[in-house]
Amino acid sequence: MSGVAVLAIDFLKPFEFEFFRNGIIVATLAGALCGVVGSYVVLRNMSYIGHGLSHAIFGGYAVAGLLGINLFLGAGAWGLLAALTIGAIVRSRPIGSDAAIGVVTTAAFAFGLVIVQIYGSNGPNADALLFGNVLGVTLADVWLIIGVSICALAFIFLGYRQLLFTTFDAEVAKATGVNTGLIDGLLMVLLSATVISTMNVLGVTLIAASLVVPAVVARMLTDSFPRMLILAGVIGAVSGFVGMNASYHLDVASGPTIVLTSAVFFIVAFAAGVPLRRRIGVAHGAH
Amino acid sequence: MNEVFIQATNLTVTYGSEPVLVEVDLEVAEGDLLGIVGPSGSGKSTLLKALLGSVAPLSGQVERRAGLTVGLVPQVEHIDWSFPVTVAECVGMARARGWRTPWIKRSERAEICEITERLGLGGLEGRHIRELSGGQQQRVFLARALFTDAKVIFLDEPTSGLDVRTRHEVLHLLGELNEQGLTIVLTTHDLNGIAAHLPRIVCLNTTVIGEGSPNEVLIPDVLERTYGSPMRVLEHGGMRVVVDSPLFLLDEKSA
Repeated sequence: MSGVAVLAIDFLKPFEFEFFRNGIIVATLAGALCGVVGSYVVLRNMSYIGHGLSHAIFGGYAVAGLLGINLFLGAGAWGLLAALTIGAIVRSRPIGSDAAIGVVTTAAFAFGLVIVQIYGSNGPNADALLFGNVLGVTLADVWLIIGVSICALAFIFLGYRQLLFTTFDAEVAKATGVNTGLIDGLLMVLLSATVISTMNVLGVTLIAASLVVPAVVARMLTDSFPRMLILAGVIGAVSGFVGMNASYHLDVASGPTIVLTSAVFFIVAFAAGVPLRRRIGVAHGAH
Repeated sequence: MNEVFIQATNLTVTYGSEPVLVEVDLEVAEGDLLGIVGPSGSGKSTLLKALLGSVAPLSGQVERRAGLTVGLVPQVEHIDWSFPVTVAECVGMARARGWRTPWIKRSERAEICEITERLGLGGLEGRHIRELSGGQQQRVFLARALFTDAKVIFLDEPTSGLDVRTRHEVLHLLGELNEQGLTIVLTTHDLNGIAAHLPRIVCLNTTVIGEGSPNEVLIPDVLERTYGSPMRVLEHGGMRVVVDSPLFLLDEKSA
């Protein structure tokens, strides 16, 4: 048997296991979802929000575990409340978005930690939540991420121009009749849903990187917004697929391998610089 | 008498406890080309926002004709030039109300090309907005406002940061659009380069100090009350020229 055939068999072996098939579906969809949603996050200069929200949601998990309610429901409500509070503070502009994210999410996280320290937690394994775990991916996770991805696609398809206008120039968008408050609120809901649905595979501490890195790489490669969205989704999906396989073969947590794969994209894009941009046809005729 | 599009009555706007506009009355009628002048912090941009309806007044009211479509051209200093949008994408995003396809439809692309051609941006639709000259960048945002099918366009400091030639180009373009029926309201710091060429000016410093044609408004008394500093006004070729050089005033005192 040739070396290539051995490698192929070795590569395909984990696909025999259902948990891995579930994991690869969730990781690939999670990467694509984070890449697309992250594009809006990065362009709004809110890169820190993924990091903050995931921590806030971690606190929500702890509280939900204590209260004995559905973990996704509890964490989702917690994350959504944090996201909407950040959005409201940023819109009223007493402080910048980075400061609003810092205050709200750390306070939400700290509140959860205090509850856990006083009452203990019935929540899931902390390591799995922090760094992601392919073994922890269930069929329910697959359906959850499929559902969130469909909602995300529908929202972006139906509200594409309003989202773009609000992200680029919120004041003018509002003045010309776009309901920017509603658009911002829905984007925050989508962001919370993205964080919750990808937390099992990416891990709390690394979701921010999956939101930011593919979008940043895509931005480096194109000057056209729709191209950036597509590129960020593709880079995120490839990072998820490759990273999940690497996680299995290297026997390490899935979150770090996925993020490291997207970091390789960043290094290549950064090193290739202008020649790569020219090859992709960035500067002219990009639309 | 042209139809009144927007009517501000007794308009008072505050930011916190600080009054920014006090009892302002202003009318914008169909076909107007109106300039709002005043020093920094005089409330020019706030008045634009109040007329657009994006700032709520403390008292008074702004009445807009039902169904009136408006467009806003922001100050270019407020634009994120690193944002990934081409000229066509930037103009196309303006038609965002209601459900629209994510992609720019063929009929919309033809409209965008017609507008960009009209504004001297033909062939630049695929360029990133950062790759354009200052005047072209200003015209992209004007094109975006036109693509909303706006009846009234507001421009916040449209010539800020532009060189003399580009400023003239923008002024000519606005004149042409106004002649074609577009109602235009703009704010400007530039008394001689812009305001003196407009048919109607409003001098603003928290409240309206003077309103009328350049010959009626660009007079020392109104300008001093608006800017809080004495200014001389000369006549040159039938035009008013405002001189605010302190040396001029010193010469006058010593004479």
